[in-house]
Amino acid sequence: MTKLKVTLLTGRTINQGTGKEHGKLSKKYMESVAICQIDPEDLKKLGIREGKNVRITTAFGSVVLKAVKSLRAPHPHVIFVPYGPWANALIGSETSGVGMPTFKGIPAEVETSQERIVALPELLKQQFGRSEKTCV
Amino acid sequence: MRVVSNVTCPVCGSLCDDIELIVENNHVTKVRNACAVGEAKFLAFADPKHRRVKPLIRKNGELVEASLDEAIRRTAKILAEASYPLLYGWSCTSTEAIRVGLELAEEVGGVADNTSTVCHGPSILSIQNVGFSSCTLGQIRHRADLVIYWGCNPWSAHPRHLERYTTFTEGRFQKSIWIRYLTKLRALIGKKKAQRAAELASPRKEVISKPERTFSLPPTLTAKQRKMIVVDVRKTRSAEIADYFLQVKPNMDYELLQALRMLVFDRELDLDEVAGIPIELLEEVTDVMVGCRFGILFFGLGLTMSSAKVRNIDAGISLVRDLNKKTKFTIMPMRGHFNVTGANVAFTWQTGYPYAVDFSQGFPQYNPGETSAVDILARGDSDAALIVASDPVAHFPKRAVKNLVENPLIVIDPQVTPTSLMADIVIPSAFVGIEAEGTAYRMDRVPLPLKKVVEPPATCLPDEVILQRILKEVRKLKGGKAA
Repeated sequence: MTKLKVTLLTGRTINQGTGKEHGKLSKKYMESVAICQIDPEDLKKLGIREGKNVRITTAFGSVVLKAVKSLRAPHPHVIFVPYGPWANALIGSETSGVGMPTFKGIPAEVETSQERIVALPELLKQQFGRSEKTCV
Repeated sequence: MRVVSNVTCPVCGSLCDDIELIVENNHVTKVRNACAVGEAKFLAFADPKHRRVKPLIRKNGELVEASLDEAIRRTAKILAEASYPLLYGWSCTSTEAIRVGLELAEEVGGVADNTSTVCHGPSILSIQNVGFSSCTLGQIRHRADLVIYWGCNPWSAHPRHLERYTTFTEGRFQKSIWIRYLTKLRALIGKKKAQRAAELASPRKEVISKPERTFSLPPTLTAKQRKMIVVDVRKTRSAEIADYFLQVKPNMDYELLQALRMLVFDRELDLDEVAGIPIELLEEVTDVMVGCRFGILFFGLGLTMSSAKVRNIDAGISLVRDLNKKTKFTIMPMRGHFNVTGANVAFTWQTGYPYAVDFSQGFPQYNPGETSAVDILARGDSDAALIVASDPVAHFPKRAVKNLVENPLIVIDPQVTPTSLMADIVIPSAFVGIEAEGTAYRMDRVPLPLKKVVEPPATCLPDEVILQRILKEVRKLKGGKAA
């Protein structure tokens, strides 16, 4: 399976902005942040069309996201994931002594994946051992 | 039906204060003038699917409904007994609530930190290092003839910034350039259509080669009108609007800023390119910067979150300082949350420091990298946390979040967020700026009033009142000063 070495950027998008206002458990939020924008040339190298799932791995974590063809191309070997719990699974906590983790410009690997994208409560459970509890 | 005008939008640091809301039966039914994000907030905030109205306490692993009094009592007990609690958030609430929060942090000997720690914290450190020349957004609207957005994408993060304060606004001395932008857009669409038609008509695709990228500045950049340049790692929507876009390689902003500093002073650079941009082009851009009458450099998280962090901002501020020897230039961080500037202002006037303030010794100490939220959590130092109007579980690195949820976690927030799902105590509050009044500071440090437009649910008090009650309870437990 092709693995592509890339630089990971995380950031705000307008859909992330409106998605969060519709509620972080909403489908709209998940659809707007559990994605990875990839350069069309890199998608070709991976041998996939947009809409397929990809696994992103950094030194700090790994997560499955939906590949989206970037409308902001060309940015070869640079992938973009909107801010959110999925992106944070890939971020390290080292702050270089200034309190700020590196959220942009992180070395990462992308590969195609058959796994599904986990929803937010499940992601929280996977990562931190607690999930949404029903309110009694 | 009633129309409420001049509402300040409680979403981003632009704090647009021209919003008009139609209110029917205590519900916002129509929003005028707001951007997509503002409109989504005003229309969807009360959606019961992501709004909590009853306080919750975790019992046997389940969050169960509780009375407000019980939630406050328990919160006070956890904070009073903790030896190093973290009080984090603050940027989506009113300045008045932040003031009470700081009093509480001092009372419990904890650490108060706001979200600038993961946004413009490095900018603040750098401003403390170098100092900076800034101004209000009104000055920019009327006077700036060169607007540079570096490492930020206002189209997505501050959607009305261009329209209200910079290139698309009619200033007294500088006119809007939207007609120029529309002409450019039409030309681009025409060109794309022609290219597509040629591709379809041609049997051999390789014959149609894409035009080579040319490295010369567009004529609009040398015109006397207002100009806009975007520097970013990707061609964002804002970059498409700009007269010129410089695509810098990731993590190489520092090199580019320093190269521009050298070029401002006509130094020779013995290189072909810097950060992926040819030197000849940089020389031309420098000429545009030096040749403007009033320039502004807006910078975003592209500088603070990538490698070099503080040093990027040092270089940016130094570039502006150098440019001021030749012309008039200012610099401003693009602040994210609507009152993150207010959090810095309130922290500074109360404690002397803008964020990451540690009260554990009985007096305020400030050492970002040590007393900042992510570092404290990553080291596992704190033994309880109070999160006000923020969502660190969704926005902090994994390791920091692990320690946050392992200890008692109290959340004061009107919305259902990943943090409130993981919390031990949840106290729902009123939405500041919609259901509660207050003051917020715009990104240029201008304070603006937030309006109360609708009544909150009876069980949702404003953050300020909830914090005051917790503070009173903590003082009672500590047997110290009477509230």
